[in-house]
Amino acid sequence: MTASERNPAAILAAEAEAKDAASGGPAGPAGPRGRGPRARDTTAYLQYVAGKLGGALVSMFAVLVTSFFLFRLIPGDPVKQMTGGRRVSSEQLDAMRTEFGLDQPVWKQFTDYCGNVLTGDFGTSYQFHTPVMDKITAALGPTLWLTGTAYVLYTVIGIWLGTRTAWRNGRFGDRFHTGLALTLYSVPSFWLGLLLIITFSVGVGPLPGMFPTGGMESGDESGFGYVVDVAHHMVLPVVTLVAVGYAQTLLVMRSSLLDEMGSDYLTTARAKGLRDDLVRRRHAVPNALLPTVTLMFVNLGTVVAGAILVETVFSWPGLGGLFYQALSVPDLPLVQGLFFVFATAVILMNTVADVIYPLLDPRVGR
Amino acid sequence: MTTETASSVPAPQEPEKTGAPREAKSPRALAWTRRRHSAARFWREYRTHRAGVFGLVALVLIALAAVCAPLLVGADAQSVTAAPGEAMESPSGEFPLGTDQFGRDLLALLVWGARISLTVGLLAAFLSVAIGTVVGITAGHFRGWYATVIMRVTDWFLVMPTLVLAIALASVLDRSVWTVILAIGVTTWPTTARLVRAQTLAVESRPYIERAQALGGGHGHIMARHVLPNVMPLVLAQTTLVISSAILTEATLAFLGLGDPTVVSWGGLLQDAREAGAVSAGDWWYLAPPGIAIAAVALAFTLCGRAVESVLNPRLGVSR
Repeated sequence: MTASERNPAAILAAEAEAKDAASGGPAGPAGPRGRGPRARDTTAYLQYVAGKLGGALVSMFAVLVTSFFLFRLIPGDPVKQMTGGRRVSSEQLDAMRTEFGLDQPVWKQFTDYCGNVLTGDFGTSYQFHTPVMDKITAALGPTLWLTGTAYVLYTVIGIWLGTRTAWRNGRFGDRFHTGLALTLYSVPSFWLGLLLIITFSVGVGPLPGMFPTGGMESGDESGFGYVVDVAHHMVLPVVTLVAVGYAQTLLVMRSSLLDEMGSDYLTTARAKGLRDDLVRRRHAVPNALLPTVTLMFVNLGTVVAGAILVETVFSWPGLGGLFYQALSVPDLPLVQGLFFVFATAVILMNTVADVIYPLLDPRVGR
Repeated sequence: MTTETASSVPAPQEPEKTGAPREAKSPRALAWTRRRHSAARFWREYRTHRAGVFGLVALVLIALAAVCAPLLVGADAQSVTAAPGEAMESPSGEFPLGTDQFGRDLLALLVWGARISLTVGLLAAFLSVAIGTVVGITAGHFRGWYATVIMRVTDWFLVMPTLVLAIALASVLDRSVWTVILAIGVTTWPTTARLVRAQTLAVESRPYIERAQALGGGHGHIMARHVLPNVMPLVLAQTTLVISSAILTEATLAFLGLGDPTVVSWGGLLQDAREAGAVSAGDWWYLAPPGIAIAAVALAFTLCGRAVESVLNPRLGVSR
């Protein structure tokens, strides 16, 4: 995951805070905010959900239009690219154009494309001569496996460290972890991956190569050995993704917990004689988790597309690596299909977050 | 709010020292005095953020090196034919960072690369923030269906996977520095637009906007003279943060081979290193410096951005 993809969620959180601040109230988290219909009101909620779903459908259509027309702009004749400079007669070129439907007018190609996508048919890859859908389903597993593992790890680590640092803010541990997180946040993921490969796969100085340089499996294992083998291949890419990914969760969790910490209800909880530990776990953290939940869903959407660079660097057989391969040809149907899948995943997860959020926080009802 | 930073920030409402020669000043001069004082106040508070000052110093040093690159390392450092050393030399006294596959001095290339990385990062961020500010103010100022349409478009851009879209744009257009700037600027503005719109709505609910309208101020006047100055602080903080992510995206695009092949940039250096087989040969000295440079600049901008943010909005800034 790279910087540009990490940004939006933090901004959303910031936007919410900016709104708070702008509305002039020292309202704080527990301040009155109930504008619009209450989310608990079932009809209002259903209307809200319907609105969000409608918005998502509009977005999906826009994605379809973009994915079709944007990649038409790629210079070069795809048929010539496919033949790769070999000598081909013009009859053969025409036959290929007919095969891939490139001889039709553009609007016809577009309506055909929309119809096909609705039935799950993204066309045939120029490069592999297999259905795009097959390539995508084959690569989906490895990607989900890799980025899913990383996602769970960096979310857990981010929330845990964010809680610790906020609770003891200003101490050495807080400054150390915030500084480290900000630094890793600024590191390009592919560079970190390359350095890890050099250090732990190739080996530097006395250090022997401990991990494979890339790929997902060695190919000669089965059963339990296979599982160990894949895990062995996963270590470095997962470490890379977690290292550049946990910072954002940490910062959001830290800031929202810091906001809660001045609250009166925590003083009350302490006055009741609760242990510090319980005040944190039972009172402060559940309230502070809300912005982090938003971030978690936004991140979940990028899980599918989030590892283009890391997959390329580690030759992981996933969607990100496939996207890079497809772009360099350019393999139009494959690029379009992947673009559609990436964007759909984000839209889907954002919609899920929008729908669930009012249930978690009744103050949010639009 | 952290106790540490809270205590080190001086109370924002210090008495203004505008009193003395006030009599015969034009409104314009008064406005300038006010601006000078608020800039001084801003600097006084910024200085108390140690990390922010550290980031600023680092930025000034790197920018100086980039501007003086022709003087420091000579203009022919990028030339493949006039390369001073052997191919892929390890770091030595003559070449502190070693040489690349053409025998060029890597330290010199690193200094030259700063120019492109900084230029692209800055221009892309300005483009992105400019689009975001215009869209945000427009969407916040006007009511009715066109505001809805603008926000829908913004939301749609917001959900697009930014990097995927930037890669797609950069691969569709010609390879040049301007393509990279355009690809980053066009894909990253929506977050700024959302922030600016929220701020615009808050500003427009204040009574003096109503006063300006009653006095006959048009849309353009209100947006440019009343709303814009009030969203500028937010825009400033946002710019610093966007620059850092723009520099990272530039490096990413260059690494994928989507940058301008005729100029040296940090991401391009990493791509060169990978193509020269530095990874499998274990030549860490080739790979490490450009990445460290990218991270250092991105970190410096982030530190500045956070400091600016917390000076402008203490409640928001200190905690983040």
